Amino acid sequence: MSDTIQGRPAGGAGALLALALTLALAGPVSRAATPGETIAGAARGVVKVYGAGGVRGLEAYQTGILVTPAGHVVTVLSTVLDSDTIDCVLDDGRRYPARLVGADPARELAVLAIEGEDLPALPLVADLPRVAPGTRVLALSNLFGVAVGDERVSAQHGVVSAVVPLEARRGSYEAPYRGTVYLLDCTTNNPGSPGGALIDFRGRLVGVLGKELRASASGVWLNYALPIDEVAKAYDDIVAGRASAPVAGGGTRFDPSLLGVLLVPDLLDRTPPFLEATRAGSAAAAAGLRADDLLVAVNGRTVPSRRAVEEALGALATGDPVRLTVVRGGAIVECDLGPRPAAGEAP
Amino acid sequence: MQPATASRRRCDWRSARAVPWPALVAVVVATATASRPAAGAEAGTAPPDSVLAAERDRVAVMARASGAAVAIFAGDAGGGSGVLVSPDGYALTNFHVVQPAGVAMKCGLSDGRLYDAVLVGLDPTGDLALVKLVGRDDFPWAELADSDTVAVGDPCFAAGNPFLLATDFQPSVSAGIVSGVHRYQGPAGTILEYADCIQVDAAINPGNSGGALFDARGAVIGINGRASFEKRGRVNVGVGYAISSNQARHFLGALKGGRIVDHATLGATVATASDGRVVVSDILESSDAYRRGLRYDDEVVALAGRPVRTVNAFKNVLGTLPSGWRVPLVYRRGGQRHEILVRLAAVHAPAELEAIVSGEGGPRQRRRTPGSRRPQAPGDEPPPDEAPAAPAAREPPPLPDALRGLHEARPGFANFHFNLVERDRVAAAIAARHPVERPAGTWRVVGRLTDKEAFRIELAPARASIDLPTGTSAIDAAGELDANPAPPGSGGLLAALVLWRRLILDGPRSLGRTTYLGTVPAATAAGAEPAGTAIPVYDDVLDAAVGGVEARFIVAADGAVTGIDLWTAPDAEPCEVRFAYAADGGVGDAVGLPRSFTVRHADAAFGTFTIDEVVVEPATENADSTGPAATAGDGAGAER
Repeated sequence: MSDTIQGRPAGGAGALLALALTLALAGPVSRAATPGETIAGAARGVVKVYGAGGVRGLEAYQTGILVTPAGHVVTVLSTVLDSDTIDCVLDDGRRYPARLVGADPARELAVLAIEGEDLPALPLVADLPRVAPGTRVLALSNLFGVAVGDERVSAQHGVVSAVVPLEARRGSYEAPYRGTVYLLDCTTNNPGSPGGALIDFRGRLVGVLGKELRASASGVWLNYALPIDEVAKAYDDIVAGRASAPVAGGGTRFDPSLLGVLLVPDLLDRTPPFLEATRAGSAAAAAGLRADDLLVAVNGRTVPSRRAVEEALGALATGDPVRLTVVRGGAIVECDLGPRPAAGEAP
Repeated sequence: MQPATASRRRCDWRSARAVPWPALVAVVVATATASRPAAGAEAGTAPPDSVLAAERDRVAVMARASGAAVAIFAGDAGGGSGVLVSPDGYALTNFHVVQPAGVAMKCGLSDGRLYDAVLVGLDPTGDLALVKLVGRDDFPWAELADSDTVAVGDPCFAAGNPFLLATDFQPSVSAGIVSGVHRYQGPAGTILEYADCIQVDAAINPGNSGGALFDARGAVIGINGRASFEKRGRVNVGVGYAISSNQARHFLGALKGGRIVDHATLGATVATASDGRVVVSDILESSDAYRRGLRYDDEVVALAGRPVRTVNAFKNVLGTLPSGWRVPLVYRRGGQRHEILVRLAAVHAPAELEAIVSGEGGPRQRRRTPGSRRPQAPGDEPPPDEAPAAPAAREPPPLPDALRGLHEARPGFANFHFNLVERDRVAAAIAARHPVERPAGTWRVVGRLTDKEAFRIELAPARASIDLPTGTSAIDAAGELDANPAPPGSGGLLAALVLWRRLILDGPRSLGRTTYLGTVPAATAAGAEPAGTAIPVYDDVLDAAVGGVEARFIVAADGAVTGIDLWTAPDAEPCEVRFAYAADGGVGDAVGLPRSFTVRHADAAFGTFTIDEVVVEPATENADSTGPAATAGDGAGAER
C-alpha cells in the first residue's frame, strides 16, 4: 500500500550522513547532547506493542519503532502479532490499533501500520555505516512491560562488543536469520525487548533488538541487534510486497518443540522435516523418536516440509492424540506422542 | 535530624567538580566513532586531560560513596547492604534484609571494621528499614538527594554487597544509567510495594538489597531493593529498581522513632475511564476524602502536588506517603475544579503489620509463585551458596554489650527505645524555646479576630475559658477533655490549648501516653502541607492520648509548636490549630509563643486569632485568680 521511499527520503539520509561524517572528522564542535536528551528525543519514536500472549513463557507485549511520520512501525515477527487486535502505545500515552502490513520471516521482522499524522518517527537510514565494535550504544525497549500508558520505555547503555554472523542453530532457539548482528555487552534482550531501538549517542537508529535467543546447552541468553541496513532491507521488502512468505496466521501453526520434537532449522521453502533431536523427558523422547528420523506424516496427513508439520499439528485441537510417522533407516515407524498440548504451553 | 539542614561537612566534595561523567561518555563515543578500528593508546595518543580528570573525579566520588556503604551480615539469615545517612550511625536498608536478622546485626564498613548495629525502625510495605551503627559519632555518610530531579539517562552507580562478597567489607560498585523514573511495581505475592521507584541498568544482584543508588556526585537517589529477573535465574539482567530517596525521606522521621510505620490509603480506588480520565471507581464513606467531598466518578487531577494522569501515577504518589499525612487533592466534577486537604488513613491494621514483621504471614511465607512475572526482591533470599539453616525458634539472643540499653520491645514498635530518644529530643527543643518561669500560673491571651472583634483566652491549671463575640465557653482543664468540645463549632479548641500549655510547661511526659510519630512537611503559610518538588522542611509530630482525647502536636526543629490536631472521639472530625510565628520574634517572643493562630474544624474555618498580648502569670500560692478550683502548680492531671 505504501511506496518504499515514504519513510526514507534520500536527501534526508544523505544530509544526516554528511552531518555524521562532519562530526566524526571534525570532532565535537559544539556541546554534545547529554545521554538523557538523546534518549528523550529517540524514545518518542519507540512504541509499546501489545497483542497475543500472556500465557506462560510468552509475553503479550514487545517493542516497535515508528519509522515514518505516517505511522509505519517496525517490530519483530513473533507470536505477539498472532492476534486480530494489535495495539501500539506511543510515548505520550496515545493508543492506536495497528494493522499488520507484512513480515519478513527470514529476518523475523514485521511492519505494522497505525493511522496517524506527523508522528514522532525515528527514521530508518539504510546507508548509515555499520557501527564498529567498541561503539557505545543505548537500547530503548518495552522490557518486562514495566512502562505503561505515557510512561517512557526503558533505557539501557552498553557497547557493541562484536559484529558477527548469527549462529543460532543447534541446541538453540531457532533463528532463521543467518546475517550479521551486533552482539552487545549489556543485557538488552529481555522479555518485551524484541523490536526495541538500538541508538548511538547521537540518537541515530543503528539497529533493532532481536528476539530472545538462548543456548539450551549453556543456558546463555544472547544480547544482540540486527544492523539497520538489514532492517531497512526487510522494511523495503515488506512494504513493496516482496516479503517471501505469508505471516504465521492466528494459531494455525504449532511449534513441534512443545512436544519435544526438535526439527532442523527451517532454511528452505520446503525444508524436509528431519529430526535434529528430542528433548529429554519429552513426549517425543518417550515415543522413541530419534535424531535423523524423517517425519512423513502427522496423524496420517503427509507432511512434505517442516512448515507442513507445524500446520498439521496446528490443525489438531489441544488434547487430540498425536501420531507421527517417520522414516528411519529405510523403515516406516509409527510413534504415538499422546495428547497435543496447548499452543502456548511451556514444554 | 533533617538532611536539608544537616551539617555541611561534606560540602568540599559535593562541590568538587561534578562534571564529567556524561562528558566522559560523550568524548569516548566521539573517539570510538571517529577513529576506528582502534583508538587511543595504540595510535600513541594519550587520552585528553579532560577525560583523565573526569575519570579521577569519578573514582574519587565512588571512593567517597563507598565509605558510606554498609555490608550487613545477619549470620545464618543472610545479609545485604545499607547506606549511612548521618554521622551518628543511622543507616537505611531494606525491610527484607533486616527482617530475618532480628534486633542485632553486624555491619562492615570500607574502613575494614565491623560494627554492631541495632534495628531502629521498619516500613514493611515500602521495604525500608533503619538501623543504627554504634561505636562512633563521625561515621562517613551520604546525603539524600532530591530524587524528583533524577532523569532517564543520568549516570548512577550502586555500592553494596552483592552475593555477600564483601567479606573484607569493601563494597562492590556497579555503574549504569537511570533507565526509567516513576516506575510502579506492585505487590507480587508479598506486600512489598515499590511505588515511584527508579529503574537502573547498573548491576543489581542478590545482596545489593538495601544499598544505595548514588548519583554522579555521590548523593543517594535511591535504595536498591528489587530487580526483574524473570526466567534468567536470580542474577542481574540490567533491570533493577530502587526506592526513591524522596520516599525514604518521607518515612525517615517515623523510622527514627522506632516505629513499624504504615503506608497510606485514600479510602478510594481509581480507574481509567474510557476517555482516559482517572476517575474514582470506589470510595469508602468513612474516609476523610469522602468527608471532604470526593465522590464516585470524580476525576482525580492531582495528589500531593503531583499531576495524576494514569492509575499508575496515582499509585506512585500514594505509595510514597506515610499514613496520617494530610495532602492536597485536586479533583474535577462537571467541569468544576475542587481542591481539598485529605488526611490519609493506614493501609493495614496494626496487628497485620506486627504479623508481617514477626514473619507470620509475611513476605517470606507468602513467597511468589514460580514463574511470577513480577520483579523479585534480590536480597530476600540468601545467595544459593549460603543457604541458611532452618529458622531457629524466635527466642531472641542476648544483645551484644555494645547494644545494651538500645532496645526496648513494645507492640507497634520495632524498637521503642528510639521512640523515647526522639520524644525527649523534641521535648528538649520545646523546653529550650520557651523560657517560661516555672511553675507557671494562668496564661492570658488577648487579641483580635479577623473582623477586629476582641477575644480573650485564659488558660489556668484547672480551668480554661474563652471569650468570643459569640459567647463565653469554659472547660475543666484538669479533668476529662472530651466531654465538652468547646467553644461550639471548634471541635475542641480549648482542650487543644490546655494541652498546648501543658506541653510547653511540663513537656510530653505530662501528657499521658505520648509517642513520637515521625515527621510531616512543615506547613506553608497557606496552611496546606504539600509535598513539593524541592526538598521540604519537616516538622516533628508527637501524639498524646490524655483525658479522653487524642492530640497530635506538630513541632518545628526550633521547638516552636506549629500545629495541633485534636480528636475528642476516634471518628470525630479533629480541631485543627495552626500557629504562626513572627520572623523577628513578635508578641509572645519573650516566652517563645506565636503571633497568631488559625482554627479549622471539619470543612469550616473557625477563626483566625491575632494575638495582641500574652501574659504569663507566675503560679501563686493560693489561687488562680480566674479559676474557681484554684489548683496551683504544674502538670495538673499529669499521667506517667
